Amino acid sequence: MQSVEKNFDVIVIGSGHNGLVNACYLQKAGLNVLVLEKNDWIGGAAVSRELHPGILYSNCSYVCSLFRPEIMRDLELPKHGLQIVAIEGGTVFTRDGDYLASFRNYHAKKRELERFSVKDSESYLRYSRDILKQCRFIQPLLMRTAPDPASFKFRDLSEMLYILRKVNDLTASELADTVRFWTMSISDFLDEYFENDVIKASLAVSGIIGTALGPMSPGTAYVLLHHYMGEVDGSIGAWGYARGGMGAISKALTSSFRAMGGTLLNNSEVEKVDIRGARVKGVILKNGDEYLAKNVVSNADVKRTFLKLTDPEHLPPNFIKKVNNFKIRGSSGKVNIALDSMPNFPVISENNPCLKGDIHFTDSIERMERAYDDWKMGTWSRDPFLDMMIPTLTDPTMAPPGKHFMSCFVQYCPPKVGGQNWTKENKDAFGETVIQQIADYSPGFKDKILHMEVRTPKELEEEVGLTEGNIFQGELTFDQLLFNRPIPGYAQYRSPIKGLYMCGSSTHPGGGVMGAPGRNAAVEILKDLNLPDTDIRDAYEVL
Amino acid sequence: MTQLKDKKDRGTTFSKPLFRSPFYDFFAAQETEGHWYDWNGYKSPTILSDEELEYFSIRSTSSVFDITPLNKYRIVGSQAEEFLNKLTVRNVAKQNVATVKYTLWCDQEGFVIDDGTLFRISDNDFRLCSQEKHLPWLIDTSHGFDVEIIDESKHVCGISLQGPTSASILRLLGINGIDNLKPFHLFQTKISNIPIMISRTGFTGDLGYEIFMKNNVANKFIERVWNAGTNHGLTAIGYNALNMARIEAGFIVANIDFISSDHAIRPNRCRRPDDLGLGWLVDLNKGFFNGKKAILNSKLEDSEAFKIYALEIDGKEPAEGSVIYYNKKDEVGTVTSAIWSPMAKKSIALAQLKLGSSNSKMENLWVEIYSLKELQYHKLMKKVSIVKPPFINLARRSACPPSNC
Ligand SMILES: Cc1cc2nc3c(=O)[nH]c(=O)nc-3n(C[C@H](O)[C@H](O)[C@H](O)COP(=O)(O)OP(=O)(O)OC[C@H]3O[C@@H](n4cnc5c(N)ncnc54)[C@H](O)[C@@H]3O)c2cc1C
Repeated sequence: MQSVEKNFDVIVIGSGHNGLVNACYLQKAGLNVLVLEKNDWIGGAAVSRELHPGILYSNCSYVCSLFRPEIMRDLELPKHGLQIVAIEGGTVFTRDGDYLASFRNYHAKKRELERFSVKDSESYLRYSRDILKQCRFIQPLLMRTAPDPASFKFRDLSEMLYILRKVNDLTASELADTVRFWTMSISDFLDEYFENDVIKASLAVSGIIGTALGPMSPGTAYVLLHHYMGEVDGSIGAWGYARGGMGAISKALTSSFRAMGGTLLNNSEVEKVDIRGARVKGVILKNGDEYLAKNVVSNADVKRTFLKLTDPEHLPPNFIKKVNNFKIRGSSGKVNIALDSMPNFPVISENNPCLKGDIHFTDSIERMERAYDDWKMGTWSRDPFLDMMIPTLTDPTMAPPGKHFMSCFVQYCPPKVGGQNWTKENKDAFGETVIQQIADYSPGFKDKILHMEVRTPKELEEEVGLTEGNIFQGELTFDQLLFNRPIPGYAQYRSPIKGLYMCGSSTHPGGGVMGAPGRNAAVEILKDLNLPDTDIRDAYEVL
Repeated sequence: MTQLKDKKDRGTTFSKPLFRSPFYDFFAAQETEGHWYDWNGYKSPTILSDEELEYFSIRSTSSVFDITPLNKYRIVGSQAEEFLNKLTVRNVAKQNVATVKYTLWCDQEGFVIDDGTLFRISDNDFRLCSQEKHLPWLIDTSHGFDVEIIDESKHVCGISLQGPTSASILRLLGINGIDNLKPFHLFQTKISNIPIMISRTGFTGDLGYEIFMKNNVANKFIERVWNAGTNHGLTAIGYNALNMARIEAGFIVANIDFISSDHAIRPNRCRRPDDLGLGWLVDLNKGFFNGKKAILNSKLEDSEAFKIYALEIDGKEPAEGSVIYYNKKDEVGTVTSAIWSPMAKKSIALAQLKLGSSNSKMENLWVEIYSLKELQYHKLMKKVSIVKPPFINLARRSACPPSNC
């Protein structure tokens, strides 16, 4: 085995995309950075693995929109092979044998909506306008450290002022809309624009993805916004595929990191952060190896970082309590399928491109809410809500011609079943529920399955390291956003321990393959080290 | 309210996203150049053969333009007038049967959503035509009124017949009463058993008519009109020619000369009627209407808003998209529409300018025009004068009875 030096300026625990973004920026600033990853693959929840010969999966995340273009440019990711391609289409199958498709072309999309409600097809304009207004408000906050409202430091005050000024730009009614938006349910929000249930169901999806809330729970409208504030090449709200699967993002980041001289080690699970005299000394691996660094950045979620990797003796009790109470309930599972051929959906004509986008089978808000009821009762939804995609209709690199990879994001799926740990039988039954829902609309579907990977929150926790399997490393509710993320007083990527930082999705601005937490943390770390952050560009202006 | 659906399109929305008007085949047959654009979801021509010749047909002979893509809402019921009084800024009670009025409607903040024409067909029967779609807003506003709102957009089609010989063509078609039809008046009649509604209206500032009918008679109708126009220089035209004429006439277009409040996402982009120079339409003496309070309040404020102005520009270069400066250095606004006017023999423009409440800046305005000649920009700074629209005033537009040519 090649020998690795033991002394670094910075150690990053975890090669999730945020850990890698953070490591890249710090390495670029001239520091000697080591990334330690417990798995023998990289990327955390932005990962692609070939689980069936010739067929590459996006095992966790499957579409890209939030990843900040500034980061791609700073870290030269295109040069390292990253390509994000736009997606066409989308559809919801309805139980009465019809479907509501969606297309990039505005008029095609509108005409589909007209098939369900002419009024709603026109309301869509005002709906998009109002969401865009909210996106414009929040987008500039993503790539800035949130202010600490309790602090009197100049930068916190001026940052608070920045937010207040943005608030001040709003008219009284816009401000009311914003406050309502950040707190109301997606179902109530959609009711203000739309009358048709299928249309509402198709739009409500983004309000509940990855969230342990139902469409009627307050706070879900914000979750929708969180999924809308990204872009593909300037088209706000659009989603794209990373060519080669979501792992391509982590791969490009790793390549950029290594090209700058950074070190990354797989199969290196950190057991403890080594803390001496209230400051960080390094980390100790499960296998007993030790690495030294005055700065350690954890890409793991806030619970794992402070309840598992850090000895409690170093942490104030209030802090531990808040970390304990951080909401990180898992609500989603994933079924990844390798297919022998393209499944047949008889109601959709062969040349219709809508299958290239996200495919849903849930045609009413009520069904979504019922699915959530099952989760509350401690089991997976009997009639789950699927966000299904077949990226190989767009991406030729993930499977041989004619074969396909199908990604099914499944909601709802609890971290425990009836309070008990998941069993193999339960996991199989969960997988079967998902497959059956697809087969209901696609005859012969089951015969096409070559291989399938079923992931409940248990696997997401064990394999990816996401506590309770929460895909965002913590829920995206207003009490856990901005200067409250992950907990009040610690929203600036620092911890109570000198030299120990956080950079994962548990921190502002939260989950999704966005890179902003990793980048913002790098800015703060460089500040503490009195190093210039000139290689980290500011967010592009929102015009 | 029952949900209105349009189910028949299943499986074809993606392959033909743009609608074809019932006149599509006719216009497609006239095209030699084939420049099309998306007008409100319809595949519509920008140029059919020659933009300038198409324009001159409006001013010298006659032109036929497809106005089917306009949104057409039929508003019927015992409280149609009351409803429209709440919706729009003008006083509909003052609008006589068989007339057409240009009007505006605003949101609750007094910001203009759109402009359009309101046809009063009978006491309780109206047609509202507009550039943008407004069904949700109309339905929301209709709450509590005995009124039915029917979106006729896809069932009713129309053409605009504009130009000095247009009345002659209609006379040839045997339309009695054309001689007595005054500007902004309408009547219903038949041409060889084809029922039509005809009004003396248009978007050109010239003599002209707009004719609406059911989709199923469109082919028969256009054939008759085309034949009647043979000796009157009738020319099929696309949008570019019409656009030249409408700029000369000083008409504004939503989402070109101002942003509809339905579309505006940035602060300070919305406009009130006064800002569009259309404050005269607003009847503040009538009862409640959408935006009334905000419009009243805004009159008390010192207006910092952009307003639309008509400009004449020195020199011969058109000023499309140019920036306007006060004293050659302070940016005060942008040109939204501009052409060289063949009728006025001037470079003319519509622009949105922020000049403050005093008129002191008006005398010292300049436009910076980048004129591209053989891959090099000539940067011109030209004097601007604010004028009162329209840029051209044609006697034949309002002469009654209309002249023959
Ligand atoms: C099923 C699923 C679907 C999703 N779909 C999408 C989507 O389509 N689009 C989107 O934008 N987002 C999606 N998300 C969310 C998004 O993927 C995550 O929010 C994001 O990838 C998290 O990145 P991260 O870098 O913050 O953390 P993680 O990806 O969680 O990275 C943490 C890393 O730390 C490592 N680690 C943990 N503990 C240790 C230790 N002790 N020692 C060493 N290494 C350790 C882990 O192995 C992991 O590699 C999805 C998430 C999931 C789970």
